[in-house]
Amino acid sequence: MNLWRDIKGTLQPFWVTLGYLFKKPVTIQYPEEKRTPPPRYRARIVLTCNPDGSERCVACQLCSAACPVNCISMQAAEAADGRRYAAWFRINFSRCIFCGLCTEACPTMAIQTTPDYEICNRDVLKLVHEKEDLLIDGCGKDTEYNFYEHSGIGVVNERGGNEDEYGPVDPKSLLP
Amino acid sequence: MNDLLISLVLILVKLGLILGVVLTMAAYLVLAERKILGRMQLRYGPNRIGPGGMMQPLCDVIKLLTKEDFVPDRADKWIFLFAPGLTALAALLSFAVVPFSPPVTLFGREIPMVVCDLNIGLLYIFGLSSLAVYGVVLGGWASNSKYSLLGALRGLAQLVSYELALGLALVPVVMSAKSFSLNAIVMAQADWPNLLRHPLAFIIFMISITAESKRTPFDMPEAENEIVAGYHTEYSGMRFGLFFVGEYINLVVIGAMTTVFFLGGWHGPFLPPVVWFILKVLFVAFLFIWARGSMPRPRYDQLMHFGWKVLIPLALLNVVLSGAISLAVNS
Amino acid sequence: MTTVLFYILGFILLAATLMCITRRNPVHAVIYLVAGFFALALMFYLLGAPLVAAWEVIVYAGAIMVLFLFIIMMLGLAPQEVPEGPGWQRWLPLVLLSASLMACSLLIILQDPAAGQEIPDFYLAPQALGEALFSRYAMAVEMVSFQLLFATIGAFLLGRPLPKGEDQ
Ligand code: SF4
Ligand code: SF4
Repeated sequence: MNLWRDIKGTLQPFWVTLGYLFKKPVTIQYPEEKRTPPPRYRARIVLTCNPDGSERCVACQLCSAACPVNCISMQAAEAADGRRYAAWFRINFSRCIFCGLCTEACPTMAIQTTPDYEICNRDVLKLVHEKEDLLIDGCGKDTEYNFYEHSGIGVVNERGGNEDEYGPVDPKSLLP
Repeated sequence: MNDLLISLVLILVKLGLILGVVLTMAAYLVLAERKILGRMQLRYGPNRIGPGGMMQPLCDVIKLLTKEDFVPDRADKWIFLFAPGLTALAALLSFAVVPFSPPVTLFGREIPMVVCDLNIGLLYIFGLSSLAVYGVVLGGWASNSKYSLLGALRGLAQLVSYELALGLALVPVVMSAKSFSLNAIVMAQADWPNLLRHPLAFIIFMISITAESKRTPFDMPEAENEIVAGYHTEYSGMRFGLFFVGEYINLVVIGAMTTVFFLGGWHGPFLPPVVWFILKVLFVAFLFIWARGSMPRPRYDQLMHFGWKVLIPLALLNVVLSGAISLAVNS
Repeated sequence: MTTVLFYILGFILLAATLMCITRRNPVHAVIYLVAGFFALALMFYLLGAPLVAAWEVIVYAGAIMVLFLFIIMMLGLAPQEVPEGPGWQRWLPLVLLSASLMACSLLIILQDPAAGQEIPDFYLAPQALGEALFSRYAMAVEMVSFQLLFATIGAFLLGRPLPKGEDQ
């Protein structure tokens, strides 16, 4: 019977919604009740340090090139031993979409996302974080990794002295 | 002259009372609708302002009042400006004939608890609802926007078609009360509410009044996902608020109409009549909110087909049947 | 009192109709016509025929004029020309007419014949009208309903889908 089916189909939803009316809502009451985001949640971005405490970032601009909304900017500078670092480093969080592409691009694991999601501000300019605001003490997600123990100019070891690293290529030896 | 003055004062007092009660009810129905819909969808609904969100209507009003009152370019300005008022006014005026309690005696005068017991009260309500159509249609037309125009056209066709079914569904009610006066209709239901006497008429009435009030299963005139907001797409600020409030006053009107026509008006055991009346009105309002939480919107042509090819023939049949039955019972 | 009201309403009716036939914009004309219908309905009420007054509003203002509007809007007949002169000047007549209509209806409600304050010479109860229609004028009613039936059948014939493979 089509008619019977239609009537049933019309009335059934009423029963369902009535049942829901007396269930406990699933909403999290935000300011009072906060959820703990998973550890790999992509929110506030930080610049981490090496295990020995030195800055990780080498100002290679890869993160700012990867950023789809172009919200990372920096100026590179070079220390006396040839080690590059960022003279200033700026992320505009009012534009950041928390896609995490910058962290994937970073070769030194310097830039990382954290689960701290409460960074809204009524003043847009306060959302522009400078290097001092971004730098943290710890190593973030990877506590072991130090880029210069695997590659790069001789900051930790001599060039090519790292155990998983080949020595520098002598271009002249490639000649026929 | 003195008598005239007293009756004028009485009418004004009753008007003020009704206005206050109805507007408060409308404001809190907005909140109730949002909360009930929320709970049906496993949310809380507004609960931030005041205890349990009780001050939300106030905030809504402040928000609407402080927004810009925008008139689109090349809109027909004056029609655009008065159309929302027309809707709200028509809904409010319907209350003039709704009796919400038996007459009370005060200072030795018998005061009927209705602003004006017209002996054509039912037709008066119909007349006003046809006036409310103009609010929708003129508002939509004057906005000079295609969405508004489409919404207005839909609203117009829908309201005119379902008014027929609505009127026919009420014929058995009038037959058993032998009067158009709402007071007499309530009086005739002293022992049996019309709901039990004319169940089919009740169902037809509920369906067509949903379409009349443009509420959710039949809200094509403002179908958000097709034509933005239909006839009030271009409205903002308090003029949108008037449409909005009009809609909720209308919900109270519908509740009162259903109560008077089918649920036995103020009749009920134990509690005082006014309380019964308000309870019944709130119950009907809940039914409508419930339907909004439960039903999807049909297509526009399905609505028209259903109205003309199912509802109106059914209502006609119902008129003939209940006429025959009441003749058979009476003779 | 009744006589004065009658003349006021008559004036409103005439003025509204005059405004109606002089408007260029069909939608504006319809609005004035509706105002006129309301005046007419009040007049019927005043003359002791509330049922006729109600039908006047429901059928003419509520259905027929709405269908007029439907056609006007559907065909896009109303020109959206830039209006001449300031708005209040164009709508002053309507505002005045509506305000006086409101005042009249308030007065009528105050001395509602049903409330027994001032019973006019003649009062047509709905029952009496029904009885008259279906006994004394039964023949006329039947004829009119037959005409309506013809009209319905005509509309049905015009609106039916053409058989397949047949041209206009
Ligand atoms: S998370 Fe995405 S948007 Fe934000 S800084 Fe990194 S790359 Fe740019
Ligand atoms: S944060 Fe990483 S990717 Fe960005 S400049 Fe520094 S080292 Fe390069």
